[in-house]
Amino acid sequence: MSAGQLEMRSGENADLVLRGAAVLDPVAGIEGNHDVVIRDGSIAELAAPGSADASGLEEIDATGLHAFPAFFDPHVHLRTPGQEHKEDIETGSRSAAAGGYCGVLAMANTDPPVSTPADVEALRENARSAASVKVGFLATVTAGMKGEELTEMASLRDAGAVGFSDDGLPVRSALVLRRALQYQRLCGGTIALHEEDPELSGSGVMHEGPVSAVLGLDGIPSVSESTAIARDAALAGYEGGRIHVQHLSAAESVEVVRRAKEAGVRISCEASPHHLCLTDEEVRSLDPHRFKMNPPLRSEADRQALIDGLRDGTIDCVATDHAPHAAEEKEVPFEQAAMGVTGLETAFAALHTELVLPGVLDLGLVIERMSAGTAPFDVERSSLAPGSEANIALCDLSAEWTVGENGYESRSSNSWCAGRKLTGQVVLTLAGGQVAFRLRSFSMGVAA
Amino acid sequence: MRHLLSIEQLSKAEIEAILDRAESFAEVGRRDIKKVPTLRGRTVVTLFYESSTRTSSSFELAAKRLSADLVSVKAAGSSVDKGESLKDTVATLSAYEPAAIVIRHPHAGAAQLVAEWADAAVVNAGDGKHEHPSQALLDVYTLRRRLDSLEGKRIWIVGDVLHSRVARSNLIAFKAMGAELTVCGPPALIPRGLEELGCEVEHSLDRLREADVVYALRLQRERMAESFVPSLREYAAHFQIDSRRLGRRQLLMHPGPVNRGVELSGEVIDSPQSLIAEQVASGLVVRMAILYELLAAGDDESAPAAGNGAGRPTAIGQPA
Repeated sequence: MSAGQLEMRSGENADLVLRGAAVLDPVAGIEGNHDVVIRDGSIAELAAPGSADASGLEEIDATGLHAFPAFFDPHVHLRTPGQEHKEDIETGSRSAAAGGYCGVLAMANTDPPVSTPADVEALRENARSAASVKVGFLATVTAGMKGEELTEMASLRDAGAVGFSDDGLPVRSALVLRRALQYQRLCGGTIALHEEDPELSGSGVMHEGPVSAVLGLDGIPSVSESTAIARDAALAGYEGGRIHVQHLSAAESVEVVRRAKEAGVRISCEASPHHLCLTDEEVRSLDPHRFKMNPPLRSEADRQALIDGLRDGTIDCVATDHAPHAAEEKEVPFEQAAMGVTGLETAFAALHTELVLPGVLDLGLVIERMSAGTAPFDVERSSLAPGSEANIALCDLSAEWTVGENGYESRSSNSWCAGRKLTGQVVLTLAGGQVAFRLRSFSMGVAA
Repeated sequence: MRHLLSIEQLSKAEIEAILDRAESFAEVGRRDIKKVPTLRGRTVVTLFYESSTRTSSSFELAAKRLSADLVSVKAAGSSVDKGESLKDTVATLSAYEPAAIVIRHPHAGAAQLVAEWADAAVVNAGDGKHEHPSQALLDVYTLRRRLDSLEGKRIWIVGDVLHSRVARSNLIAFKAMGAELTVCGPPALIPRGLEELGCEVEHSLDRLREADVVYALRLQRERMAESFVPSLREYAAHFQIDSRRLGRRQLLMHPGPVNRGVELSGEVIDSPQSLIAEQVASGLVVRMAILYELLAAGDDESAPAAGNGAGRPTAIGQPA
């Protein structure tokens, strides 16, 4: 059984020292001010502030800055192949680097979908020349995402597919999913599931509740998600298969996953920053650029349930579901607009501003969940322990910035944070041992 | 008032100002020459993406009675058929420098978008299942003539509330005028959470006699196929307003077009309690008043900023 492989552009390994950074890595048990010494792309040493030998290294004054293990996003849409007018591997990975990410997993609902070993090989090749962070590719569960026949899962794994997902669509047939879970025993590869009952969702465009009632928009009920998860958790339990539930949005869903975990099902799940920070009240503006996505923004009670789930570990990790769309796909009435928002560049800052600063969640917990998306897919996790590959997000937690003011690294601008003032900014990202991102204003200020 | 995008944007005083203006146009309507020169030399565009008889004809006639130049665009047969986006269509029509654009669109928020893109005053003539403010204004006008005041009056809105923009706008307008509201219909046709608009929800007509006014909604035939109700017969048996259910002192309204024998029986439509014909007549003068308020009322009036309070949708906004 081969493990999936992540790819990035090969370049110069970093040789630098972060002087006096506030280092925080809850998994490695590191918390305190250190000189972080990086030699040839690896963390050589955590030394007392000001004590590290900097010969041959670029010195970065990190006093007052925080160094975290770089984040990992198991759910992004890079739109390659076929929709490069929205995003491609270069722009999408740059966007990830700007958000402090060292790695992402790209979804397979491209045009055409990633359904053959040749598709996966071509994407990996592309990433080796274009990606500024590590990129892994999922392949579809069903051929062409049609929901009927399984893809050649074993060959796809051999070609380097990290896992499988028909994301964008649920696997409608319980039988097809059962067969995929059976086949998983042969080839491995976690199956990531977009959970939704297409009939219950119908023509819905937002959460069903008082706001949809007032706006006259068709609602997507919470039970559309939770009933689908319940079905698939039962199938995974029965087959001993391993599933990862994508973008949880409803309180009922958190409860279903919690019960499945208690029952021993091999199930993990994620929640997105927009579902953790916003509710369907935002939709009153009828602004599809920022507030139309699937699953939809739900009620305050749902948001609280997601926060509780993230805190108690029912929700394993944060994933952005970064979904770039071109302007003309959003400059239409709400019901007609494409579903999805971008989120890579703002995920940490948004969670820091909306949840950490008000005291809802601990900083340590948030950064732990932001890099925990590796586990469901057996990817190696970033660590600040000496000897580790340098995957570091260096952040200025007091910096205030207005999202979109200086444009985006992403090719698309449908950020759910557009216009928001956020506190906390990524100033430097190391991914795979290389400098992947450096905030322009920050690099200007570096003094050796 | 810069635009009329929703009833939600209007206060009770603003609603009354429009209705008072409509009264003065009713007086004009009794003259031999029913036309006034108010909007001479100005252009009104009506842009209809959905079929309409009452709303389109009354807006068109209202513009003509005010002496405006009128451009009527129907989606069918226009470049919309050729795939032109709403934004591009609005840009095209804006080249004529219209004073007002009256838009009917099958999707919520379309009028709000046009208001962002165009310099013209925008009138929402129905956006999806969201709002239909001119209908609500003409309904309040019609009722006010009969009842003087809506304060404390009990109004039942009966039927397919889920798919009705009229229901939404009227609930807001009637509420603003002080009425007490009940919506009634099969559970699948009452949107979950509608109580937020400040109305009671009933699933039977047993207490219908408590109403001062019964406002029936159209039941579209395609709803059967979607299993909202099992059959027209079953619907009529439980929710049709007929002479047996309608008391003699209750007033009956309907936005039209009526499905005779479905939501209303033939005899109540033609009864003296029915205000349906008056609603149509009110439509003309109320729509004249709307155009007048938007285009001719002048800057001396301290009109509040237009919009529904949510701000420009694509503008950079503040988080909640």
